[in-house]
Amino acid sequence: MSDIKKIRDEYLIKLDNNLDIQSVNQIKTELFGKNGQISNSFKKLGSLPDEERKKFASDLNSIKEELQEKINSKLQEIEIKEINSKLDNEKVDVTLPEREIKQGKIHPVSQVIDEISSIFSEIGFSVEEGPDVENEHYNFTALNTPDNHPARDMHDTFYLDNNKEILLRTHTSPVQVRTMLNGKPPFKIIAPGRTYRSDSDQTHSPMFHQVEGLHIDKDINMGHLKGCLNYFIKSFFEIDKIKMRFRPSHFPFTEPSAEVDIGYELKDGKIVIGEGDKWLEILGCGMVHPNVLKNVNVNPDKYQGYAFGIGIDRLGMLKYGINDLRAFFETDYRWLNHFGFDPLDVPSNYRGLSR
Amino acid sequence: MKFTMSWLKEHLKTKHKDSQIIDKLTDVGLEVESFENISSDLDNFKVAKIINAEQHPNADRLRVCDVDIGQQNIVKVVCGAPNAKKGLLTVYAGPGSVIPKNNMKLTVSKIRGVTSYGMLCSESELKLSDESEGITELKPNKYSDKIGKNFFKNNTEKVVDLSITPNRADCLGVRGIARDLAAAGAGKLKSILHKNIIKDGSQNIKVSITKDKNQGCTIFGSCLIKGVTNKESPKWLKEKIESLGQKPISAIVDITNYVMLDLNRPLHAYDADKIDKEIIVRNSQKGETFEALDNKKYKLDDGMCVISDQSGVLGLGGVIGGTRSGTELKTKNILLESAYFIPRSIRKTSKLLNIDTDAKFRFERGIDPQSIETGLHKASQLISEICGGKISKFDIQNIQQYKNLEIKFHISLFEKITGFKVKENEIIKILNELGFKVSKKKSELYLKVPSWRPDISQPIDIVEEVVRIKGYDNIKTIEPKKNRLKDTLNKQQKLFHFLQRAVASKGYFETVTWSFTDSKINNFFKENLKEIKIVNPISSDLDVLRNSIFSNLAFYLKKNLDRGFKDISLFEIGPIFRSNQPGEQLTVIGAIKSGKISRLNWNEKERSVDIFDVKKDLIQTLMEAGYDKKSFFIRDKSPTYYHPGKSGSVYLDKDDIDPVAYFGELHPNIVKKLDIKTEGVVGFEIYLDYLKDNKIKLKDQKSNFEYSDYQKSERDFAFVVDKNYKAQDLIEIISSIDKNLIRSIKIFDIYEGENIPDGKKSIALNVTIQSSEKTLEESDLEKINKLIITTVETKSGAKIRS
Repeated sequence: MSDIKKIRDEYLIKLDNNLDIQSVNQIKTELFGKNGQISNSFKKLGSLPDEERKKFASDLNSIKEELQEKINSKLQEIEIKEINSKLDNEKVDVTLPEREIKQGKIHPVSQVIDEISSIFSEIGFSVEEGPDVENEHYNFTALNTPDNHPARDMHDTFYLDNNKEILLRTHTSPVQVRTMLNGKPPFKIIAPGRTYRSDSDQTHSPMFHQVEGLHIDKDINMGHLKGCLNYFIKSFFEIDKIKMRFRPSHFPFTEPSAEVDIGYELKDGKIVIGEGDKWLEILGCGMVHPNVLKNVNVNPDKYQGYAFGIGIDRLGMLKYGINDLRAFFETDYRWLNHFGFDPLDVPSNYRGLSR
Repeated sequence: MKFTMSWLKEHLKTKHKDSQIIDKLTDVGLEVESFENISSDLDNFKVAKIINAEQHPNADRLRVCDVDIGQQNIVKVVCGAPNAKKGLLTVYAGPGSVIPKNNMKLTVSKIRGVTSYGMLCSESELKLSDESEGITELKPNKYSDKIGKNFFKNNTEKVVDLSITPNRADCLGVRGIARDLAAAGAGKLKSILHKNIIKDGSQNIKVSITKDKNQGCTIFGSCLIKGVTNKESPKWLKEKIESLGQKPISAIVDITNYVMLDLNRPLHAYDADKIDKEIIVRNSQKGETFEALDNKKYKLDDGMCVISDQSGVLGLGGVIGGTRSGTELKTKNILLESAYFIPRSIRKTSKLLNIDTDAKFRFERGIDPQSIETGLHKASQLISEICGGKISKFDIQNIQQYKNLEIKFHISLFEKITGFKVKENEIIKILNELGFKVSKKKSELYLKVPSWRPDISQPIDIVEEVVRIKGYDNIKTIEPKKNRLKDTLNKQQKLFHFLQRAVASKGYFETVTWSFTDSKINNFFKENLKEIKIVNPISSDLDVLRNSIFSNLAFYLKKNLDRGFKDISLFEIGPIFRSNQPGEQLTVIGAIKSGKISRLNWNEKERSVDIFDVKKDLIQTLMEAGYDKKSFFIRDKSPTYYHPGKSGSVYLDKDDIDPVAYFGELHPNIVKKLDIKTEGVVGFEIYLDYLKDNKIKLKDQKSNFEYSDYQKSERDFAFVVDKNYKAQDLIEIISSIDKNLIRSIKIFDIYEGENIPDGKKSIALNVTIQSSEKTLEESDLEKINKLIITTVETKSGAKIRS
């Protein structure tokens, strides 16, 4: 008994020394190898009398376990030490640049269209589209703008044939016509898209974007129009207080017609939308003209409602402080990078319109 | 439409302030563009400060002064005045100014070798006093905060400029504006005071309106004024004309213009002695010519409404007069015309001949057909008053009687449309003030529309009249209801928005370019589509609709490369056009990528962009949109604008007829011809219209989740195949051997060269084999190994590489 205790004490002390892996393995062999001291002690078991054997065996086993555990923890300790010493030589300069990042961008027009769609979605509008190439009927005549109407002069139209029958749509209003011809009232739609006029300067470009709105039902009146636009403008500009002014105007396809101004002020040369004392015209609207409803087979005695048209590019310019309309379409990489939006920045009702 | 407040008040009795009138104009729908003084020559004289004065290098008695003229502008002025010293406040006249004393016009000039921009003025030069010794000295306490401001007060009257919508012809005259203001409660409309005239003798030039088809003239009124002395207009008339920014010409012309601006009643004065016997209002014949007052010769089509005499055309009725019968200062006898021309006819003629005049602008919108005599009366009275002369009786020819339109108006319509109520009495009052004759039967109003309102034709127009006069402020704001009739976006629209952001998230900048493009560039990309010409393009390099998404992308890629950018990834989502018919357009995503990957990167090797970069972006985008990569099929067919050997097309399914996308390198010839200088140009296109709608909703798409716990094994193979043999085919052969056991196949090497025969290549693949029922034993694996080799060899003619 005292023999094995001695072995135990001797080796526990040995294992407390500063050892390398080889020495530990050496000790392992000395104890548990074929002729190891512990292995040999087990061999003695058979020659012991019964009454001693049991106790001896139990002692021997616990000493064996204790030593084994000590060896294992020693080995682990050495390995950890080795890793730690390696780590000292593995330091990198973390300030070096990461691998190449390629961040994409969404064009402001697309972002604003998504914002607009999100706002109108909240009040139950759905999105409709129509072709960019239109015929004269859908773009003008069906919208109560016959050939001899001076209002046609306000649209500098691009034509695709010499008879002036096929053209690039000058506004998104033909989508109203197509939507109503293809369906039955009620209608509650917006129609964003490209529009074209042969005009080019600082504030006009030959292509621009509009969003058309149309709400037709049995009892939709000018109060609903006002409420809808009021809601939209507040949501879009993300401010609670905004001055808005409805002013009589004229469009052949609405009667009564209105233009809407919003209040703004100039601060450090920048336009600030809200409650300033200046007015900025931002959209045209009105009650859909009975002639238009007749043209699309909707009975104006039963149904009525409003329509509006908003310049998308202009809204984007106002909201995001962009000065030059033409820059929208010039594909300057620096401009796209500066005014573009992160693709993950999807405008939505629950996450908010913009960051 | 311009007018002054004092002119307005000739028609409107009002106590309203100018600012109230301006607001009221806007409120009733007459949009005020501006309300400003007419610019005056005296605006050029500014309060200025000399901030530095130095000796002129070449002249003892001159000084060179730096002058602060406000708004951070400093100019150099050479000055001879002894008192021109640093710090002096004085009066500066810029180049272009006219000096009041001697009417000298200033220019930028060199004085002894030093350029002088304008002049500093003495009091005598400004006609303030006789003091001419030195330049004007202004008192600092009064002027130090006025630097840059006008020195002279602008005493001109303020002019209102209105933007009149095309429906409001009646407001192209001052009286019409006054009428609207009166109806809106801003005053009272004065009645027209006709000064008496003595009509003496008959109008003895015979006038006839022919009964041609589509005759553009229905009424022609005229009178003769004999023995006039045409002259310069009197001061009051000149000022009226000038206040609107027009040039006075002669009394007779000015008077006709004045009546037009005042009453919206265009008139025309002929020199009666130049008329050959009679006036015939008729349709023109093709080829007739005449010289108009704009000194241009016009060749007429047939069917245009002309005023003619026995010798030919005198003028285009309602559009422009002719030089042959024009009035001059020596004109003695005048024939004054006051007529009604049909808008449609005016518009047609002026469009064809491309003529725009004040008269045309008004007749086109509709002139009051009952203002013929009023116009003749007012103008002839003024002419005889200013130029003398004897007025004949009026001669009125007409081929059609004018009748006021009548409208039955149900009062309830007003509230139905506007959402608020106005009392019946008030509605009637407003309409009366606007000139309607109103009678009432039960809840219906019978309205006679005034002759000057051709825009009003049905009850809804009456609603607009009342609501705009009453004020849009009265319309209530009704909160929008949140009820939805259908989904905001349909499937295709959702796909559009999803793909847009999916492509952008791969590092591409979205751009929006014109739907039109340069035909020269379009030709590279249009394939077999027909060119779609724009008849009136904005410029010759934007002359066709784009047949492909790539023409503009390539153009702008080059522009950005030329700006010095190197590695560019751009995309656009938008329409391309297949013909000039509505609806013949496709929605396409086009993406283009140039330059290098990891350029100048410290830890990655840089390389040029290649086809597999864009293939990855494309396939990943389609996968993200919910399409199953396992069923994609790639072919090497692609449009000719791609590199013939390095491009391909993607089919969602092997059996599909149309590819949904193309990808590859741009054709090197096009890159060369467009002079695009970069290491590589690759791109892809996705055709949204060909992307099949995934009919199964996401919630129904997920199958049961099953996985295998049994051990999987991997085996490598290398097959030697023909050089043109496609990896896709090899993978398909192997994967179809046993879909239950073969879980994945990866190609890890393609090799040509030593040890491989000419015209062949080696494809090395790693195959993962796993059963879901048991652990495969060595013998099972051996079996499937052999099966793979024999199947590939028999089906593809490949040889296993030993």
